[in-house]
Amino acid sequence: MYAFDYHKPSSVQEAASLLASKEDATVVAGGQTLIPTLKHRLAQPTDLVDLSGVAELKGVKMDGDTLVIGAMTTHADVAADATVRSAIPALADLADGIGDAQVRNCGTIGGSVSNNDPAADYPAALLALGATVVTTNRSISADDFFTGMFDTALEPGEIVTEIRFPKPARAAYAKFPNPASRYAIVGVMVAESSGQIRVAVTGAGQDGVFRATEIEQALAGTFSADAAKAVKVSPDTMSADIHASADYRAHLVSVMASRAVAACS
Amino acid sequence: MSDDGIGASITRKEDRRFLVGRGTYTDDINRPHQTYAAFVRSPHAHAGIRGIDTSAAENAPGVLAVLTGKELADDGIGDLICGWLIHSRDGEPMKVGEYAVLAKDTVRFVGHHVAVVVAETLAEARDAAELVEVDYDVRPACVATATATADGQPQVHPEAPNNRAFDWELGDKAATDAAFENAHHVTKIDIVNNRLIPNAMEPRAAIGEYDFGTEDYTLYTTSQNPHVARLVLTAFVGIGAEHNMRVIAPDVGGGFGSKINIYPEETVCLWASKRVSRPVKWTGDRSESFMADTHGRDHVTTAELALDADGKMLGLRVHTYANIGAHLALFASVTPTYLHGTLFSGQYVLPAIYVNLEAVYTHTAPVDAYRGAGRPETSYIVERIAEAAARELGMDPAEFRRRNFIQPDQFPYQTPVALTYDSGDYPTILDRALALSDYASFPQRRAESEAKGKLRGIGLSCYIEACGIAPSAVIGSLGAGVGLWESAKIRFNATGNVLVYTGAHSHGQGHETTFAQVISSHLGIPVDHVEIVHGDTEKTPMGMGTYGSRSLAVGGSAIVKAAEKIVAKGTKIAAHLLEASEADIEFKDGAFTVAGTDRSKTIQEVAFAAYVPHNYPEDLEPGLEESAFYDPGNFTYPAGTHICEVEIDPETGVVEIVNFTAVDDFGTVINPMIVEGQVHGGIAQGVGQAMMENCVYDDDGALITGSYMDYCMPRAQDFPGFKVATTETPCPHNPLGVKGCGEAGAIAAPPAVMNAITDAIGTDMQMPATPLRVWQALQAKAPAMAAE
Amino acid sequence: MAVSVSLTVNGRSVSREVEPRSLLVEFLREDLGLTGTHVGCDTSQCGACVVHIDGKSVKACTMLAAQADGSSVLTIEGLAPNPEDLHPMQAAFRDNHGLQCGFCTPGMIMSAVDLLQHNADPSEQEVREWLEGNICRCTGYHNIVKAVLDAAGRMRGQQQAAE
Repeated sequence: MYAFDYHKPSSVQEAASLLASKEDATVVAGGQTLIPTLKHRLAQPTDLVDLSGVAELKGVKMDGDTLVIGAMTTHADVAADATVRSAIPALADLADGIGDAQVRNCGTIGGSVSNNDPAADYPAALLALGATVVTTNRSISADDFFTGMFDTALEPGEIVTEIRFPKPARAAYAKFPNPASRYAIVGVMVAESSGQIRVAVTGAGQDGVFRATEIEQALAGTFSADAAKAVKVSPDTMSADIHASADYRAHLVSVMASRAVAACS
Repeated sequence: MSDDGIGASITRKEDRRFLVGRGTYTDDINRPHQTYAAFVRSPHAHAGIRGIDTSAAENAPGVLAVLTGKELADDGIGDLICGWLIHSRDGEPMKVGEYAVLAKDTVRFVGHHVAVVVAETLAEARDAAELVEVDYDVRPACVATATATADGQPQVHPEAPNNRAFDWELGDKAATDAAFENAHHVTKIDIVNNRLIPNAMEPRAAIGEYDFGTEDYTLYTTSQNPHVARLVLTAFVGIGAEHNMRVIAPDVGGGFGSKINIYPEETVCLWASKRVSRPVKWTGDRSESFMADTHGRDHVTTAELALDADGKMLGLRVHTYANIGAHLALFASVTPTYLHGTLFSGQYVLPAIYVNLEAVYTHTAPVDAYRGAGRPETSYIVERIAEAAARELGMDPAEFRRRNFIQPDQFPYQTPVALTYDSGDYPTILDRALALSDYASFPQRRAESEAKGKLRGIGLSCYIEACGIAPSAVIGSLGAGVGLWESAKIRFNATGNVLVYTGAHSHGQGHETTFAQVISSHLGIPVDHVEIVHGDTEKTPMGMGTYGSRSLAVGGSAIVKAAEKIVAKGTKIAAHLLEASEADIEFKDGAFTVAGTDRSKTIQEVAFAAYVPHNYPEDLEPGLEESAFYDPGNFTYPAGTHICEVEIDPETGVVEIVNFTAVDDFGTVINPMIVEGQVHGGIAQGVGQAMMENCVYDDDGALITGSYMDYCMPRAQDFPGFKVATTETPCPHNPLGVKGCGEAGAIAAPPAVMNAITDAIGTDMQMPATPLRVWQALQAKAPAMAAE
Repeated sequence: MAVSVSLTVNGRSVSREVEPRSLLVEFLREDLGLTGTHVGCDTSQCGACVVHIDGKSVKACTMLAAQADGSSVLTIEGLAPNPEDLHPMQAAFRDNHGLQCGFCTPGMIMSAVDLLQHNADPSEQEVREWLEGNICRCTGYHNIVKAVLDAAGRMRGQQQAAE
């Protein structure tokens, strides 16, 4: 690790002003990706601003029919939360499958969403569920938030404060993990909200999370596992590595979508 | 009779310190005034070094020294070595390329050690290491095993034209060719034995310490063989002298072969400690382990099996390219030759065998012994081709093997590839395994899987291995630079408890318990009164260390020999104390008794008399302490049958192991619980090789699988519980009747798993059978099926 | 600029000045001499460094010492109530031969103890899944899983006896 200065603000405002005043400050929101990145000297921030002391960023609540999760809520807390489990059980299940138990005890939804790892699970949930990302500056719909691999609509100094999930009629997530890293090779979230079906795919795309519109159309016709499986997804936009070819990923998108559909019922 | 002796599943003596966090691994040790080393490593697989600018690093905070190959040369430090000289079939000695401690003018793999920074803190050392500027002349790299000898490939060492280190053969070529001419059927297979990275959970580490007062060196290191490290570092590399160096391998967190080699890092720590006049500590991080620890396997093979009309094996012909990486590491030459080629007879009567192996240099990390070391590569070929032959002949694979087995009354059995198997009963092992795995009802289970849309397969592996390396005269004639005997010293204390000093080294095997059980049975001392001392050249007699499943067969035998000397001397003392003739003294269960009487002295009383010799034989030395060295008369030959059953999801290619059965003959079992644990671990590594693990370099020699993000380590959810059992045909030539159990699982499992997977998918494929590759194999097969 | 951290480690209050880039595992091992917590990888996957922070298992290699300020840390050295005793999980690992080289053992045990805090009666499959973040190279996990199930039984027994 390169040397840096460390700050632990107790309010969002304090955090925002630290980010604004330091030369190249980075937010720590659980650190499960950031700390290994720093250890490998792949980043050299001048300052770390640790949000773990900001109480207002933690917790889960319902706002009418919208589930609101504070940015610093850990994956373990989302997985175990009765409100999440009751409103969107698929989201609790997804959180329960991120990383391992120790990562889930530290990693947060805000950190995951802001990092937008192309193989992370949460981006698929936000996109399929039509979530809204609330930041220190504004509200951004998930459709506009994820702009490419490790890239988001966040401006420098902007901090995610909460994620708002409209409660869907039904939803499920199916993940095919990378055998080595256990990140998603393909993760598919299928959700139906106010009559609209959205299918979001993580792990597979060259540009990060995306919506599988062909599968959405097929499911709009018949909401069945077979309908999803029958869709031939093009490998052209799929990423490829030693664990999965583009063809294999494209195939798995249909398979995982069909499994998510089966789990919806 | 003690109830904690041979055959008892007692809990391990060493466990407590590990359970409460009080183990002492090398990185847990800190020496007063120690400094920290960070290595500058090559980012290129092949490059010339035009120059190294160390000035910025030297001026960085906390830096004490920045050292390169030039300073090594100034101090007369020599190269690292390979300990076994192999001759090619034309009689030429193997071609040994430079194995410098720090690169001289060429780097030959990604991770190659170029310079070292020694600083006050680890962070400062690492910060400064980034400031060392190396001017590289980047060159094309030779990476792939099968094409390394082709004309036009980049050359790794000028000493080895076409990158060929040696071209070795074993067996009778003419007789084998004749067998093929007379064959009714020939089965041919191509095999890739995938390259593995050992990944002991404790990364390698070292502390070098030079004492200017005594002019002695001390090295704390993660070694499987501390005496060998001392020998190599002093006699060959040229640091100090054997009597002035102490090598301590404290608790070591797994080895699996990767901690046999003597590496640049520990060499540099020792050498630099004199340069900076302070202890120098280095602890590898996992990324460094991936890059620069010795790797394993990496063979590309074509094999052919000749069969007669009854399905009897007539001949086996094998050609292999074995990748040895950029340097010949300590055991790298013997692993793919005498530890490999000598086992091609398997468990079978196989009258003619010819094996030809070309060892090739590439611009990759050195390849050396990894759990099984040469023997897994053999059993993988033999058991894959046996299964393939049975399928081609339409025979049940179990029946096919049974038909070809060496029978129990044929021992000792001379194979056509040098070895004489001493004992075994292969049909009994097979029968036990078939029963335990419920082989007979497999068709029913397959039908049930098919009803669920799943594929099910079953595969056998009837392996043999040669352990207990090794008779020194034999290996000497084959090119070994050392003898492979083992040592033991038994010291009774006056109060009757016992210290046993062994030249073997335990890094998970449980020697502190198993060896104590041998003492318990042979001397009647309860295990709790025995302490096993290992891993310190200043405490233990010269010993050769632990690898090749040798510790009990060779080191345990040395302990028995020393115990016999203790009893012999104790008999003299007891005879004196009991006023009887030596000839009338019997020793049993820890007591010396005058035959036919109830007059006796316990061994503790005898030990006390030996140290307080007031009433003592006139012509006898006081004290009760005996040493023995044991040189084995032959290898030992553990064998077994492993049966794997898999269920495959054809939609995703995911393979689930639903059943794994292992029946092994390890001869006499000292501690069944420990032996079972060794088998479990070996199976997991074998399954890892078959289904997950794969070291991948790209065409430029960059390591793609440089961390656990890409190198797939087996985890708990990858396995079912294992069904494990043993049969016993005692080894006839060592005093314990033991054969060795540490590597069996890693040798047996890969062919069992792959035979099961290929049975399920109905087509051949190479390891590792990852979901991607299984799916691809099924896809490739699907159009062919449609065309049929 | 050094930061000061104050925390409780195995029931003892500790205050130190640390470099901001100092990891919790480095702080435990180097500053406090608690070398039972190990480092086996640099990508937060092997789990040799698992400790408990405020009762939850975390990877001490993936947390700065500064982040642990104000928390209560439990390491393998503090797991058993008395130095002479073994925690039921430690005893079960011994009795079931759930360790060989011992290097992964502290992290494995700390992780397994956390599992039983969540699920006092896990199935074999649940144990295997929970241990995803702990890599062992020696045991094939067979006896580790057996040990965790055995410990669960022992701890439920203790619980019942106490009630």
